[in-house]
Amino acid sequence: MDPMAEIRLTFFQECEEQLTALENGLLSMQEGDSDSETVNAVFRAVHSIKGGAGAFKLNALVSFAHIFETALDRVRSGDLVPDSDAMKLFLRAADALADLVSASRDGGVEVTAPYLAIEEEFNALIGGGGAAAEEDEFAGLEFRPIITAFDEPPSPARNVFTIRFRPLRELFAKANEPLALFRELARLGTLTSACDIKNLPFLDTFEPEDSYLSWELRLETESQRAAVKEVFDFVEGDCDLAIELAQPATATPPPQEMDITAILRKVREEAPAIAAAAAAAAPQPEADAAPKAAKAAVQPTIRVDLDRVDRLINLVGELVINQAMLTQRVLHSSHVRDREVTSSLEELERLTREIQESVMAIRAQPVRPLFQRMSRIVREVADATSKDVRLRTEGEATEVDKTVVELLADPLTHMIRNAVDHGLEGPEQRVAAGKPPEGTVKLAAAHRSGRVIIEVSDDGQGINRPRVLQKAIANGLVPPDAQLSDSEIDNLLFLPGFSTASTVSNISGRGVGMDVVKRSIQALGGRISISSAPGQGSTFTLSLPLTLAVLDGIVVTVDEQVFVIPLTAIVETVKHEPSRIHHLGDHSFVLRVRDVLVPLIDVGAELGVRGPTSDLRSGVAILIETANGTRSALLVDNIQDQRQVVIKSLETNYMRVDGIAAATILGDGRVAMILDVDALVGPRHHDWVAAETPLAKAS
Amino acid sequence: MIEKSLNPQSREAEFVAFRSGSLEFCINIMSVREIRGWTPATAIPRAPSYIRGVINLRGVVLPIVDLGVRLGLPGTEPTARHVIIVAQVGERAAGLLVDSVSDILSVEDTSIQPTPDVASQLARMFVRGVIAMDGRMISVITMDNVLPAGMDLEAA
Repeated sequence: MDPMAEIRLTFFQECEEQLTALENGLLSMQEGDSDSETVNAVFRAVHSIKGGAGAFKLNALVSFAHIFETALDRVRSGDLVPDSDAMKLFLRAADALADLVSASRDGGVEVTAPYLAIEEEFNALIGGGGAAAEEDEFAGLEFRPIITAFDEPPSPARNVFTIRFRPLRELFAKANEPLALFRELARLGTLTSACDIKNLPFLDTFEPEDSYLSWELRLETESQRAAVKEVFDFVEGDCDLAIELAQPATATPPPQEMDITAILRKVREEAPAIAAAAAAAAPQPEADAAPKAAKAAVQPTIRVDLDRVDRLINLVGELVINQAMLTQRVLHSSHVRDREVTSSLEELERLTREIQESVMAIRAQPVRPLFQRMSRIVREVADATSKDVRLRTEGEATEVDKTVVELLADPLTHMIRNAVDHGLEGPEQRVAAGKPPEGTVKLAAAHRSGRVIIEVSDDGQGINRPRVLQKAIANGLVPPDAQLSDSEIDNLLFLPGFSTASTVSNISGRGVGMDVVKRSIQALGGRISISSAPGQGSTFTLSLPLTLAVLDGIVVTVDEQVFVIPLTAIVETVKHEPSRIHHLGDHSFVLRVRDVLVPLIDVGAELGVRGPTSDLRSGVAILIETANGTRSALLVDNIQDQRQVVIKSLETNYMRVDGIAAATILGDGRVAMILDVDALVGPRHHDWVAAETPLAKAS
Repeated sequence: MIEKSLNPQSREAEFVAFRSGSLEFCINIMSVREIRGWTPATAIPRAPSYIRGVINLRGVVLPIVDLGVRLGLPGTEPTARHVIIVAQVGERAAGLLVDSVSDILSVEDTSIQPTPDVASQLARMFVRGVIAMDGRMISVITMDNVLPAGMDLEAA
């Protein structure tokens, strides 16, 4: 590469970082952080971009950055007070700057109307110095109370959570019991519950296996939200659940008796800090202290080629396989049964595991940049729909594999757009419904039981179920007389070609909707679920694997060949009795599982390992659930093992094979195929949902 | 590689010669990555008959082509004495299952003759030319068409 191009490349890489810093800073300024360090960081970001752009003679970029910088300089010197309108302008300018940077990178730079309009607004803003100066005085008087907490740990703070819980029929089908959950909750604190029976039908339409009840629980507890949520871990996806913090712990701590010496000690400890805080020009509320500290502790980093990291990951994958082979061989050779050898092997295994985890961690990235991109989407859609929207993010530091982060961008964009465009009401409607005019979209990420959970929720109108059903019937997706449960109706949104927006806007509702989202999430090995309460909003929950490099699976044999079935798809293994198999002719079979008939698929015949047979009496049936919720049973000869396997692409040197997701290498060094359960089951679907669903293919 | 060796300027190129059944073939040494003994392959579902399956080549999943079957000859029943030639095909790698590797030939490209017209259409897809040497006839194999056609589409 010629040296100039290389420097240019570095410049644009750095621009990305500067833009992130810029947006970070602006967002914390918008949250009310008027600290001079924050303003300086924002200013520096724009200034560096301008400087670099000048070196490469990117004139459009320079002139735009210049005017942006001028405005920021006024803020820095205190001539201009960043009120909410100014902040919105700054954020829009940051978006425009990002666009200009990427346009400059790709070549064609044109200063078009949008940029000029922002420049105009900047001129107006800087010109109007008089008005700003007046506001400035006011801002100088801004008073922020210093909160000193006297409640030491001995007098614990109590959170009050409101939990809305509605079990679905699947919850009962999996032998879960709400009462047990409530008991568990009651152990966290004081629990009061109210059961809602308004959905209970008359006896003539009563379906004994359906679920009609919902509860609203009030929990007063010392525990945090995570602990409350954990109680529901096992029923996740099988119930509609909303946990709200009705009253945070610090707001009104209950009066408690306190040891006077403890108070005195605390005052003595805090007094210098309070004095210092008072001396500072802009006293900060305590809550700001934590993010500040995090900001300060920026770890040194190095830039590494992704290829090198991937090579390292491959090598470590090799090491793991080799270590497994070595262990197997040593333990099988009978005369080496030395204790020392065995313990050395165990040590080796532990070390390789640790190396593997550390190497995987290199690829892990926080979701923060992804969430930041979403805040831009929210701004754009909010502008286009003239809605007032605030994006709240939670758990931005949650780390996920780089590839997962990258592939999440599109589906997440779509969901955010939907939430703002369809989910939230206009300001008037919101006020009429007794809500604040500003709608909230929440984006939260967290690690839970080895997976990443990402939630997109809004406090809008919720899913209009009658309209969804009506639309589905009109589109012929559902027979007119279908009796669907609420969650079944919600899931209609994931059908291809479904769009409820009666007018097609240019933001969402082009008919490519949630089905595309669902398919891309599935392609990542994830699942998506939806829950909604009319008038209170909707929540989409994504559950994703931490990495695309390994998966948990069970190892099965079919006619001497070894296959791996991903564990995420498996519901249970079914005791195989010939009396439960029913022949449908044409080599089709169904298996009866607790009075439900599911298609039985002979993996051997389906993959052409052996010819079709009508003798299905031997073997093990594995009940699986595809990503769209339909169930089937796979017939295999034997189950060997359950283990974590390293995913190896079959496409690198060969090509995509229908019914096979990827390959892996087992402990004995041989290659085994990982089944693509959805594709295996796909063409056989008979119910109406599946009939409309084209075979989901990972692109 | 072979294009280069067919260059009008006479140059020498090296070829790895091997046997499959009663026939002798050779492949430009520049596209050979390594030669290894036969290890049992895992069958790929829905694969063409000439794909023996895949093996684990130090963590890489490598498809194995039975060259005999690919050329329309009877299939090989591989034993430990059979050999896999790991060759580079564009961005991909593939293993050729052959009976044995005989020697390395240094051949001036002027001595490579065009494939005789009598050869079958199938053979002409893989054979770029023939070398007549010491009473032997050795076909020069090109790897371009050895793998299934679907893969070229994928690669494009």
